[in-house]
Formats: sequence, C-alpha cells, structure tokens
Amino acid sequence: MAKRIEVSGLNVYYGDFKAVEDVSMTIEPRSVTAFIGPSGCGKSTYLRTLNRMHEVIPGARVEGKVLLDQQDLYATGVDPVAVRRVVGMVFQRPNPFPTMSIFDNVASGLKLNGVKDKKKLTEVVEASLKGANLWNEVKDRLDKPGAGLSGGQQQRLCIARAIAVEPEVILMDEPCSALDPISTLAIEDLIEKLKDKFTVVIVTHNMQQAARVSDQTAFFNLAATGKPGRLIEIAPTKQIFSNPSEKATEDYITGRFG
Amino acid sequence: MTTIVENKPAYDGKALDLTGRSGSRAFKNTLATVLIVLAFVVALIPLVWILWTVVSKGYHLLLSADWWSQSQRGVTVRREGGGAYHAIMGTLIMALITAVIAVPIAIMGAVYLVEYGKGTKAARAVSFMVDILTGVPSIVAALFIYAVWITVFGFNRVGFAVSLSLVLLMLPVVLRSTEEMLKLVPDELREASYALGVPKWKTILKVVVPTAFGGIITGVMLGLARVMGETAPLLILVGYSKNINTNPFNGFMGALPTMINQDRTELALQPAADRVWAAALTLILLVLVLNLLARLVARFSTIKSK
Repeated sequence: MAKRIEVSGLNVYYGDFKAVEDVSMTIEPRSVTAFIGPSGCGKSTYLRTLNRMHEVIPGARVEGKVLLDQQDLYATGVDPVAVRRVVGMVFQRPNPFPTMSIFDNVASGLKLNGVKDKKKLTEVVEASLKGANLWNEVKDRLDKPGAGLSGGQQQRLCIARAIAVEPEVILMDEPCSALDPISTLAIEDLIEKLKDKFTVVIVTHNMQQAARVSDQTAFFNLAATGKPGRLIEIAPTKQIFSNPSEKATEDYITGRFG
Repeated sequence: MTTIVENKPAYDGKALDLTGRSGSRAFKNTLATVLIVLAFVVALIPLVWILWTVVSKGYHLLLSADWWSQSQRGVTVRREGGGAYHAIMGTLIMALITAVIAVPIAIMGAVYLVEYGKGTKAARAVSFMVDILTGVPSIVAALFIYAVWITVFGFNRVGFAVSLSLVLLMLPVVLRSTEEMLKLVPDELREASYALGVPKWKTILKVVVPTAFGGIITGVMLGLARVMGETAPLLILVGYSKNINTNPFNGFMGALPTMINQDRTELALQPAADRVWAAALTLILLVLVLNLLARLVARFSTIKSK
C-alpha cells in the first residue's frame, strides 16, 4: 500500500491563466515529500492536481501526465472519484463533518461508499484512530460530535478519516498551519509513522517542519506576480537545506528572499 | 525612520489621558441607543397587540372539547356551539399535500442552483423565475390554477386544487431559504468528502443537505406558515363547508381562514364573533405547534452536542 508518483511536463490552468508550469518529479513510495515556496507559487494548486481535486474549481484544467505506478490519472476514462479513493487528502483547516460523531467521521469514507458491516467499521475506526494517534484521547466518546474536539485533535481526526479508506497516497495541504506547536508536533510524529504505510506529500510554509519530516523537498517559486509558478528544485531534504544547487532555493531557505 | 523613537524620552513623567469619551460621541451613542430601542418597541407593539386581542377574545372557546372535535354542521351564526374540527382538518390536509409536492421540488431546485448550475444560463433563468414567483400574489396563483384545473380540465372545485395553487406560493419561499442554507455549507466539507472518494451526488445527500438540515426545516416552516393563512385560493378553488370532509378530491372543504371569513360577515353577533377569534387563535397555534415539532425533528436528527 503505497505507490510511486511520476509527474512529467505538468501545466495547470485556471481558465486562460497558467498557474503552474512544466513540473516534473518522481515521488517514491513510503516516503515524505515536502513542497515549500512562497505564497501563490502554485504548490497547493499542484498538490491538488495529484488527486484531481483542482477540478472542483470551474475552469481548472491540466496538461501533462501524472502516473501512479504506471497508471495515468488523466488518461481518458479515468474517474476522478476513483482517483480520490486511492489518493486521499488532508486540508489546511480541520474539517470534520459537523453532523457526524467521531466514529461516523472516521467511518464516513467507508459508509458513504457502501460498507455496512458493523464489525468491519468498528475495526477500521479503531485502527485508523490508533494510526492517527488519537485513539486514547477519544475512545470513551466515539459517539460525541467530531466538531467538539480541539483543533489539533480535529486535524488528527481528519487524518484518521483519510487513512480509514486505505489510500495509496496521502496529500496534506499545510496540515499544521492552523494548529499550536504542541498539536503540530503530534501531527509531525504522525507523519513520520504514516510513511511506513503510505506515500505522503505535504505542503508547508514552515521550513523547519519540512526539514524535520520530509525525505525529499521540492522548492517552488514564481518569477513575478501573474507569472506561473515553477518547480525550481527537488532533492533530498538534507541536500536542499545544506547545499542547494539553485541560488533561489538558497535565498529562500536562508530568508534572503525577495 | 528611527529618529522618532530616539527623540522620545524614555519616561516623561506624565500619565497618558485615557479617560472618558468626548461629549459629542457620548451623545451620539445615547441617541443611537434610544433610536434602536424605540424601533424595537414600535416593532413589538403590533405583535403584542394582535396576540393579546386574539388570545383574550378567542381562548375561552378553545377550552371546550367540542372545539377540537365537532364541526359547524347545522350551526348558524346566531347560535353558539360546534367546533373547528372540520376547518383544522381541512387546513392541515391542504397544507400537507402542498408540502408533499412543494418541498421536494424546492429542495431539488435549490440543490441544482447551488451544487450543479452555478453560473450557468439555466441556473440564472431558474433563479429569475423563482424571483418572479415570489412576487406573485396569492389571488393570481389561485386564478391560474382555476384556469387550468377548472376551465381547461373541467374538474370541480376541491381541496387539491387549493393545494396546487399553494404550491406556487410555497415553492419560492422554501427554494430561496434552502438555497441560502446550502450556500452556508463550507466548501471544505464538500472537498473533504470528495477527497474520500465519495461521488458528488452522495456528498450532497449525506454531507451537504444534513449539514444544512436545520435551516432547510426552518424554511419549510416559514413556507407552511405563509401558506396556511392564505385565503384567496380557498375562496376561489374550494367552497367553504361546515361539514367534516377529509377527501381533498371531492366536495367542499372547511379551512380556518374561510371559517373566519364565514363568521366575519356577522361580527356583530356574539357567537359568530367568538368563533372568528377562536379560529384565528387556532390558526396561530397550529403554525406554532408545527414550528415546535419541526425544531424537535431538526434537533433529534442531528447528533447531540456535548
């Protein structure tokens, strides 16, 4: 359970506006890849093309290839719903379903896709909550609403919800930006653990976080406002932070940017 | 840049004056407060007045069991007695049929406008039509159904025809309020559901609509409240009957607004006047009870918080 992602020559458009230009990269299975870069450089947009989530926005389209173990996500006949079943996502702000209990939130992916077997659901919920390091905190109140948890707990609940459907890849779009340092640490520990089973891709504004959790780091930048974002460099995290090959990367990570 | 800071002594020995609002600001504040409170009181006067009048003049008839179980069969305006059972049943039956037809169409229309049609020409057309429908007076809706139901198809004046015209009045109210409620559901929830590989239709059915459920129920209640008090469609599309008739497809039917209208003509007579006020109070209570019921349903359909 974890697949290699190979992207080649990817352009993303919103209508006529080119948001991301010519991105190619390989993401290894069971690894953590971090995307860093200034706001508006297209890293979140690009992340969303990896599970076709950008298609929610009218006018958004993509050129190029995204291969998931040889299978092109953009080949004709590919159903975005099926893509999202194998490529899950965790969002910037925790977004548990407000009408559902903690249990139902975690089980929602399975339940909404037709799994009714109570025993299986119970097992999956327990395993997912344990996988998200949340089980001990919520095991006595699984029937309480998910929205009643703290921000950090809610985010871990969302991660539990994402891993409950057993995806191959988990995309995280700034998962800690709305959380306090202690909750952030909990999520980072969790990411470390998730990589045993999943391919993890994380967008972050926090460079220390990228340095702490990721195996490889991709730096995105844009030439100027209104220009498309580009992938400047992708390399093992150690190398990016100690000896980047591009001047722009070095400027950004040392804070001499702009 | 830094000169301002440097020139300022670290501590000049004077305390900052942070006291009191200036006179003119305090005056404006008081003036605005008084105006707002006055507006509130003015808005409250007619409400309290109506409620007081209706309750005080109508309550004593409601205390008798006859009121809730008897019809007006054989009761003339000069006589006391009888009840409003026929009218309550008529109002409820017609309102129920109206809701059964209007609510699904309204909710599906709102779902189309918010989830599927956003920005398309078709959605704009639907939205425009709903706006027009909102402004249609009840008598126009009634005459339209009269033209279709009776003139074109040749059917009789029956309760079901009233329901059809009430659908025209209820539909835009429920559709608009449902639309607003669906718009309030954050896109993040839709995205969270999509990210789990849940198809769009299921996301709408299981995530979006349940999240907006409380608001949708409120909209339905507003629509019902409006529709239950309408009189013009009753006058045009079904005759008033003092007998109990629970068949919406056959014969005249009593209803609370037409019961009020019936006795209104003889308001000088005490028995008739009593019934008018009692029927009005019954109508208000009916809407109130339905409202409370809907709120209970909305509360128990979502999970308990804390």
